Amino acid sequence: MRTTLVAVACLAAAPFLAACTENTDSNAGGAADTGNPRALSVESTDDGCQVSAAEAPAGTLTFDVTNTGSQVTEFYLLGEDGLRIVSEVENIGPSLNREMTVNAPAGKYFTACKPGMKGEGIRADFTVTAAQDGSEAPTADDQQLVDQATTNYAAYVKDQADQLLAKTQQFVDLYEQGEDDQARTLYPDARTHWERIETVAESFGDLDPKTDLREADLEPGQEWTGWHRIEKDLWPEKARDYTPLTPAERATYGDDLLANITTLHDRVQGLTYTVDQIANGSRGLLEEVATGKVTGEEEFWSGTDLWDFQANVDGARVGYEGVKPIVEQKDPELATELDSRFADLQQLLDAQKSGDGFKNYSQLTPEEIKALSDAVNALSEPLSRLTAAVLS
Amino acid sequence: MPAHFSRRALLGGGAAAAGVAGAFVAGRATEESHAAAATPSAPASYPFRGAHQSGITTPAQDRLHFAAFDVITDDRDDLVELLQKWTDAAERMMAGDPAGTVGPVGGPSNLPPDDTGEAIGLPASRLTITFGFGPSLFRTDDGSDRFGLADRQPAALRTLPHFPADNLDPARSYGDLCIQACADDPQVAVHAIRNLARIGFGTVSVRYSQLGFGRTSTTSVDQSTPRNLFGFKDGTMNIKAEETDDVSEHVWVASGDDPKAEWLAGGSYLVARRFGMTIEVWDRQPLGDQEAFVGRTKDSGAPLSGGGEFTAPDFDMPGSNDTTIIAPDAHVRLVHPDFNDGVRMLRRGYNFVDGTNPLGGLDAGLFFLAFVRNPDTHFIPIQTKMAANDALMEYLKVNGSALFAVPPGARDGEYVGQALFA
Repeated sequence: MRTTLVAVACLAAAPFLAACTENTDSNAGGAADTGNPRALSVESTDDGCQVSAAEAPAGTLTFDVTNTGSQVTEFYLLGEDGLRIVSEVENIGPSLNREMTVNAPAGKYFTACKPGMKGEGIRADFTVTAAQDGSEAPTADDQQLVDQATTNYAAYVKDQADQLLAKTQQFVDLYEQGEDDQARTLYPDARTHWERIETVAESFGDLDPKTDLREADLEPGQEWTGWHRIEKDLWPEKARDYTPLTPAERATYGDDLLANITTLHDRVQGLTYTVDQIANGSRGLLEEVATGKVTGEEEFWSGTDLWDFQANVDGARVGYEGVKPIVEQKDPELATELDSRFADLQQLLDAQKSGDGFKNYSQLTPEEIKALSDAVNALSEPLSRLTAAVLS
Repeated sequence: MPAHFSRRALLGGGAAAAGVAGAFVAGRATEESHAAAATPSAPASYPFRGAHQSGITTPAQDRLHFAAFDVITDDRDDLVELLQKWTDAAERMMAGDPAGTVGPVGGPSNLPPDDTGEAIGLPASRLTITFGFGPSLFRTDDGSDRFGLADRQPAALRTLPHFPADNLDPARSYGDLCIQACADDPQVAVHAIRNLARIGFGTVSVRYSQLGFGRTSTTSVDQSTPRNLFGFKDGTMNIKAEETDDVSEHVWVASGDDPKAEWLAGGSYLVARRFGMTIEVWDRQPLGDQEAFVGRTKDSGAPLSGGGEFTAPDFDMPGSNDTTIIAPDAHVRLVHPDFNDGVRMLRRGYNFVDGTNPLGGLDAGLFFLAFVRNPDTHFIPIQTKMAANDALMEYLKVNGSALFAVPPGARDGEYVGQALFA
């Protein structure tokens, strides 16, 4: 899922309080006319930034931003220092309309439109007054939770990349030496560490096709390399007229895989993450399960799909648990639901365990596959709300 | 009861067909108000005969029944005879008449009727019937010339190459012959395929067929742009029949295009691809991501660079995060003529839902149909690029694929494809 982690439509520099959704109701431009003091409209032109009011009571504020200019614009709510981004909405094309929702405590702020995304923007003072109705927004001191989540997740990815590199080295050695039984045993184990961080690994568009491409996805003329090329050589039973790779060819493919995994390992060392990226990554990992693993398409030759399945779920759960303290504050019901759905899915997976690993996919009954798929859907639906909850 | 009556005559109480046309249109206004509103100026029926086959630039109807056939005889005369029978039946059915000369209830009671009868009382419903010839009609996989047609096989009429993410089911792919039946009423489209298949039994065998609903493209400026099952407008940039220069340049095979296949001049190539959509996974994508994948807004269909649905996308417009506002892998960018040597396709795709798959997901997607002057320039390069780079491909699985040569229209006294057999 090469796009999941990186193509986030509303990447936010300080995402904790930010949210951005498109407003599909094009008539909502007059939100400020509805009498709700927390519903504001903004018109961003090429040289102006008309906000419908200069103050609002504390609580959840909605800015309905319409771009009537000729270039892409952004809208910000900045802190009193004019530097801290409290909330932002990006990529508003000409004549388009986006909504920004933010929980703002009482205080002094700036609003800013940034037509052409240049400069410090067209700013105006904005005041959030103490709420009369008691709906005071939480203060923004949960930055600590955000820092904790992002630090932990970066450490997790690095740890998995370390283990991936070590086990890939072992796997490639065994494969190149012709120790096929041991290589077959290590294959799903080594890949577990890839699958746990798959959304990060796949975000490198140059490495992903070289390492994880399946035969069916080859482009005309493209050379097939990576995990699944070796998989077919180790499990050729389903192949027709298959010619085993020679030792020299094994060395070529093995060395190539190791080189690419080494590059991946090096690249993740410096990566940092935002909480919305972590939450989106969790969703993306379950998407991987739904499209490739639960259907038995990922490991066509080896049938080791359930190892990948478990690893994707592991990665999703770690991502979720990292941001869970935030979710528990913002949407405790969602946290409860996710806990229980993760547990339900894990229970089904546990039932398919065999020794240190899992049954072969071919041993699953249609009923068992259906039950797993249902559990993936049941978990994926609330998980698809995770990012919005974290950012709310 | 007369031996030969039309479905329109039944509706009109037995008056002459011309006399009931007005009443028929009036009667249809309520039952087909949706389709009528989409194509306000469309006539009640289309003629079968003409320079080009119907069902290509004809304003896309709302319903499809597409069928591919294997020819099961080695006898060229049987094949020609079938095409003659199909021509007669298609001409009648498009006019709103029964498939056979006797009709569904006009014949002797000890014989099965020559029309199956489920369209009794239904109007022509703007039925169009379009015939095509697959590469395997000319030459089998091992190269044998089945009907003495091999030296007239168009160079571009071959099995399509494997594209990334193709996972083809042979039982949903290929075929020696195809028939596309489009109508505003699904019963009329099904009636057409059912009767043509029946006429062909003994000469052809149905290989697969596909029902479609909700046209997903627009072939006339009078039509509004419909939506695919991802919820997005589809076909905004499609060639419209009114763009006659583009139709000539991109749809019709011209005389001289392929010296071996001069019989195809005035015809076209039909690409049929069954794009399964992983609906459930798509539905869990945030709106902003969905729009980024497509490159247009879900609401109005405007490009993310702004304007309205028909505003030209500005692919260079910078967006936030140091990238263009229309992403490098956005669908609208990858398939746009600006990045594909200016080529355009005339698409007539349809949504389909064939129940659910074994996992309880919708077996749903887009049955992609495109008419192009040359698949080597107008389809294969674009599909190759899209399969490799398009963000939407994460949510698509192609399991059916076929290519057909669509002969020109049959003139008076001709059968469809006659020039090929001359």
